[in-house]
Amino acid sequence: MSARFIVARLLQVVPTMMAILIIGFILIHLAPGDPVLTLAGEHGDAAYYAFMRQRFGLDQPIPQQLATYVGRVVTGDLGFSYVYGRGTLRVIMERIPATLLLTGTALVISVFIAIPLGAVAAARPHGARDVGISAFALALYSSPAFWVGQIAILGFSLGLGIFPVQGMTSAGSSETGLAHAWDVARHLALPAIVLASQEIAVLVRITRSAMLDELPRDHIRTARAKGLSTVQALVRHALPRALLPVVTIVGARVGHLIAGAAVVEIIFGWPGMGRLLIASLQSRDTPILLGLFIVVSFTVVLANLLSDLVYAAIDPRIRVR
Amino acid sequence: MRPSTRASAFADLAPVAEAPPATRLRHLLRGDVLRRASGKLGFACVAFVLGMALFGPLLAPHDPFAITGGSLIPPSAGHPMGTDALGRDVFSAVLYGARTSLLVAGAVCIIALVCGTVVGMLAGYHGGWIDDALMRTTELFQVIPRFFFAVIAIALFGPGLDRIVLTLGLTSWPILARVVRGEVIAMRDLDFIRAAHALGAPASHIVRYQLLPNVMPSIVVALGLLFGQVLLLEATLGFLGLGDPSAISWGMMAAQAQGFLRVAWWLALFPGLAITLTVLGVNLLADASSSARAVE
Repeated sequence: MSARFIVARLLQVVPTMMAILIIGFILIHLAPGDPVLTLAGEHGDAAYYAFMRQRFGLDQPIPQQLATYVGRVVTGDLGFSYVYGRGTLRVIMERIPATLLLTGTALVISVFIAIPLGAVAAARPHGARDVGISAFALALYSSPAFWVGQIAILGFSLGLGIFPVQGMTSAGSSETGLAHAWDVARHLALPAIVLASQEIAVLVRITRSAMLDELPRDHIRTARAKGLSTVQALVRHALPRALLPVVTIVGARVGHLIAGAAVVEIIFGWPGMGRLLIASLQSRDTPILLGLFIVVSFTVVLANLLSDLVYAAIDPRIRVR
Repeated sequence: MRPSTRASAFADLAPVAEAPPATRLRHLLRGDVLRRASGKLGFACVAFVLGMALFGPLLAPHDPFAITGGSLIPPSAGHPMGTDALGRDVFSAVLYGARTSLLVAGAVCIIALVCGTVVGMLAGYHGGWIDDALMRTTELFQVIPRFFFAVIAIALFGPGLDRIVLTLGLTSWPILARVVRGEVIAMRDLDFIRAAHALGAPASHIVRYQLLPNVMPSIVVALGLLFGQVLLLEATLGFLGLGDPSAISWGMMAAQAQGFLRVAWWLALFPGLAITLTVLGVNLLADASSSARAVE
């Protein structure tokens, strides 16, 4: 991978992040009411508002305000949450590990389930297995995450009693070490599967169509001609190339994944950023909401960057667009 | 010269320049899509939901806001989908909810269609710096996480269907713009477009009568997929309590069900089922049209 490609791709990130900050700034100023209420939340007092007005230069001309705002955010200052009595960035950071655990587990589950399913479906297009798998994927793709979650709770937690209904740990549990990890894993299983189901829906379709693109190619015919079985040809020669679009899609779907996680967290009472989002909506804690928007947007931009770099590293044909 | 005469002046272009048979759209929708099993099933789902949206108020046995029985009655003859915590009929509410979902998704798709087609056509047909500028803008809009942008904007501006439509519309057009641009770039150097140029057809004519009809099938497929996504987003925003509190929506019903999962499974089952059926129908239709196109 050439240094020029990396630098060019890294430089694209700057205007994108600037644009996101400008959108946040525009939202603050377009929102009805005094911008200081949006910036500082509705829970402060007059002295605090005067302080914030001065700090964010709200008496200055608009371009200068924008510069101040961008400067604040870039140095990690996302404001102060009165509801939590702490800096916004710290409140959000405290929630990231739980969300990361949920999204990471879901991503691993979905990749390990979706890629074999997609490959099996592509092996004999329009056969019984393909129709079954494709219909399953399309049905998942068409169901809202909150409904899949509610049905999973009804069936597996309340009905069969296999999984706990809510939370990250059992109520009042003071276990440590392995017992604690097992407790978290039991609580994690169902929300992670529900979140994974949304990704599986997309990844099965992508893997299947990428495999179908590869199968009629010469190198597959050669592999078959030299005596490999269909399965061997599929796994050794078609799958690695079919995985290239999967890398792009996983990167491009990080925004969906975090949005899905937010919904799943609300359904399952998982203490991550999604729970923070709904709590802040209810308490009208605008600094947290704006902070979440910026943190999630930056994560999406960085995930896209990462998947582009990974793609370029594993596919020598792609360097610079 | 009026546009209609101008159209007829170039009408005999097609056989000369081997134009891809102009709009196959009607043909595509009527024949090839409905001949497929997925197309039939999708059409049935969509027709069913459309019927609910059009005739729901006539079919509903009760006023969805009226207390019509005991609270949390399981599905029975009088209440096919049971009643909620306040004793309101769930079946009637599900029927009324179809209208909200389809209206919001339809309005978002119209915004996306207009903005996406104009931007995509301009960028693809003109090329050069216009293309560069428009595509950079499109990419910026595409990076915005749609769900979080909608949540934050609605939180700041207050809940309401108009805000849902605006925020989702504003972040949905880039997909369409890219589809249109790609198709136009693939088409603009084909013989039938060159022939139209050579005959002195103005750009407006080429865009309106040569490019647009041929891009239309791709637009319909993209719009179908977008419609499904927007239905899901609208339901999710309703679930978070960001919809219009005075208009019944399936997402809002699912949110109310959350507190009663232990005692009233029917509250969670039916609104979600209605959303899934609608989105599934739209996606099946979009899938059938795209594979019908691929065969063509």
